[in-house]
Amino acid sequence: MVELVLFFLMAAGALAGALTVIFAKNPIHAAMGLFGTLFSLAVMYVVNLAHLMAAVQVIVYAGAVMTLFLFVIMLIGVDKTEDMSEQLPFQRKLVIGLAVIIVGLGGGLAFGGRLAWTPLSKPDGLFPNGTIQAIAERLFTGWVLAFEVTALLLTIAAAGAIALAQFRRREVEE
Amino acid sequence: MIVTAGWYMTLAAVLFTVGLLGILVRRNALIMFMCVELMLNAVNLTFVAAGRANSTLDGQVAVFFVLVVAAAEVVVGLAIIVAIFRNRSTASVDELAELRG
Repeated sequence: MVELVLFFLMAAGALAGALTVIFAKNPIHAAMGLFGTLFSLAVMYVVNLAHLMAAVQVIVYAGAVMTLFLFVIMLIGVDKTEDMSEQLPFQRKLVIGLAVIIVGLGGGLAFGGRLAWTPLSKPDGLFPNGTIQAIAERLFTGWVLAFEVTALLLTIAAAGAIALAQFRRREVEE
Repeated sequence: MIVTAGWYMTLAAVLFTVGLLGILVRRNALIMFMCVELMLNAVNLTFVAAGRANSTLDGQVAVFFVLVVAAAEVVVGLAIIVAIFRNRSTASVDELAELRG
């Protein structure tokens, strides 16, 4: 019962946030909408026993990433004059067609009784509790290679961001 | 009524679609970037819900990796947007369509 109420509350919050992102004229409002969606999803993670991921979602996404977004919005100025006229032919028709197809598929799934979920393996009723210890045990045993690769990826991303800033400075000096 | 993983899947599908429509419709590079984040988060929700339905922690570990990749992507993407804005004084992708410097 608690999960049902939380699901509908947080689904409404997430959807409202997502629609704010794509309809807001002001980028700061869009960022706030994204923040609302991320926070609603974090609550859903807690309901699904992913406690560590919920904390990481709030700290990394709603904290660091959103701060970075707001920082860049302030840096390049709030641009409300977005030209909504299409320059690619057929794109608007394509979007409308795509939207109709996807909404039709989603509605068909929802009302066709396909919301029932058949798990791959028979669950033993013990839902995995996503505590720090449990996640760390899984991460450092089965997924240790992927973990190392993400370390490499983060190093490359940091170096790339520094390089992007560095190129500008050289141009100005010349 | 019991909330099954299918409900979370449906919500994730709707969120993913909203993000996709945002990318197709909006012109502001920053907003398009936020829509990418929206799509990534929709996928994360499916991982968490499916992991719980299948009684495995691997779904949550996958979310962890998606988070790391998204963080790296945000760092590089926003750096590119700022670099482009300094050169061209615009963040509209239509005006950046020609690759002239």
